[in-house]
Amino acid sequence: MSLTHILNSKKIRFSAVFALFLMFVNFQTVLRAQTESTHDHSVDTILEVSQSNAAAEHTDHPAVEHGEEKFDPTKVIMEHIADSHSWHLWGHTSLGLPVILYTDKGIEMFSSSEFHHGEESYEGKYYTYRLIEDKIFAVDSTNNIDKEASSHVYDFSITKNILAIWISILLLVLIFSSVSSSYRKREGKAPKGLQSFIEPIILFVRDEIARPNIGYKYAKFMPLLLTMFFFIWINNLLGLIPIFPGGANVTGNIFMTFVLSFITLLVVNLNGNKYYWKHILMPDVPWWLYPIMIPVEIIGVISKPFALMIRLYANISAGHIIVLSLISLIFIFKSVALAPVSVAFVLFMDVLELLVAFLQAFIFTMLTALFIGTAVDEHHH
Amino acid sequence: MDKLFEGLLNHHIGFVFWATLAFLILFLLLKKLAWKPILGAIHERERSIESALASAENAKAEMARLTSQNEALLKEARAERDLILKEAKELKDKMIAEARTSAQAEGSKMIEKAKVEIEGQKNAALAEVKNQVSSLSIEIAEKILRRQFEDSGKQDALVSDLLKDVKLN
Repeated sequence: MSLTHILNSKKIRFSAVFALFLMFVNFQTVLRAQTESTHDHSVDTILEVSQSNAAAEHTDHPAVEHGEEKFDPTKVIMEHIADSHSWHLWGHTSLGLPVILYTDKGIEMFSSSEFHHGEESYEGKYYTYRLIEDKIFAVDSTNNIDKEASSHVYDFSITKNILAIWISILLLVLIFSSVSSSYRKREGKAPKGLQSFIEPIILFVRDEIARPNIGYKYAKFMPLLLTMFFFIWINNLLGLIPIFPGGANVTGNIFMTFVLSFITLLVVNLNGNKYYWKHILMPDVPWWLYPIMIPVEIIGVISKPFALMIRLYANISAGHIIVLSLISLIFIFKSVALAPVSVAFVLFMDVLELLVAFLQAFIFTMLTALFIGTAVDEHHH
Repeated sequence: MDKLFEGLLNHHIGFVFWATLAFLILFLLLKKLAWKPILGAIHERERSIESALASAENAKAEMARLTSQNEALLKEARAERDLILKEAKELKDKMIAEARTSAQAEGSKMIEKAKVEIEGQKNAALAEVKNQVSSLSIEIAEKILRRQFEDSGKQDALVSDLLKDVKLN
């Protein structure tokens, strides 16, 4: 085992601990928000505040008069970075998204605008549903959560993040089919236009990520690494755009990063060769250390993609939280005079986030390549 | 802790399902639409550039080889020319020398012959002169004798003179 490996795993462990801490803080705020919402907090007010917040982001229009209640930045921020069943467009206009529910009695489909931002319950074929904290619950006639029924309702809605994923997929397919057609048209010639922008990045993924980490078997994993890289990157970038086609926090959604890192886990372990498995199940230590070593190695198998999941989620969420906090300063101090300062800081953060967007895509892809590299490595340690 | 995970599956399984599906569709689409042709084209181009560079290198080597070959040929030709010139010169010298010696030999032979001839002529001339001189002397002696025998006194005197000479001896 080389020194770099230890350093790397230390880094991973540190970031995992840090991310767990972040997650804990995050969940705490969610829990607090939940308890507050039971105290007759109208969701509408929050939405209005957030809408005026969004409006201020583009027009610098002070909308303090909307916030009759005390402005709660945590709530607003959490709502902005969380997934949602509707997509807020401008002012009081939101895009209603399809709600698909898989229940024990059958499948239900209706538009999320039926919930009227959580104000009203929707009476479906099988249950009555209500949007509480942007989560769908089955409720009884007095609008109380019916826990028994709710546990049979599985939410397969096309949420804001799912739609954002589709938009990013559409963009990626458009970009890359155009690039690939220009390869066909200009066969054997130097790249031109969009092609000359994309090609260095593809070469970067191949020569800086795949080849050094995987070795000569890199070609097999290139499609996956390229897809991951460009998918994460474009979603990071779209997340920075505050208006409609962007603004969804896809890569800052822990379930999205879970999906990506789970794919990494599967690819790494399905491609693991005998040396990889021997390293895990029969490490080069005295036999009486096996009861410790084997569980540690197995934890290592899971903790590596787990760290990937947390790293991407925490980095992107943190960026969004900082930007939104800076915007919230205007509303906390209730002063438009603070807006230039706020906007200047947000500009700085946005530029930084542009770098982070690339960096996180690079790190995720590179570590995936590294894990694949350790799994297909033929060297016997 | 129970509360933390309550409803996790109910609320989020859908997202995980759709996100996985979407990512897999994206992966397959891009793999077919983009990565295969793009990576193939890049690979193809890289290979063609590499082979072009290699062939340029080969051409350069070939060129160098040809140049050196030319040079060698030139050198050889020059050497051959020098050799031929040298040979020709040698031949010329030899021919000149041969001509000279044969001319000399011929000359000396001719001189020898001339000398012999001259000697022969001289001898013949001398013999002629001798014959002429002897016949002339005999004639003169005859004439003198005739005259002498016309006068008997004179003859006696002469005989006595002669006898005197004999006595002295």
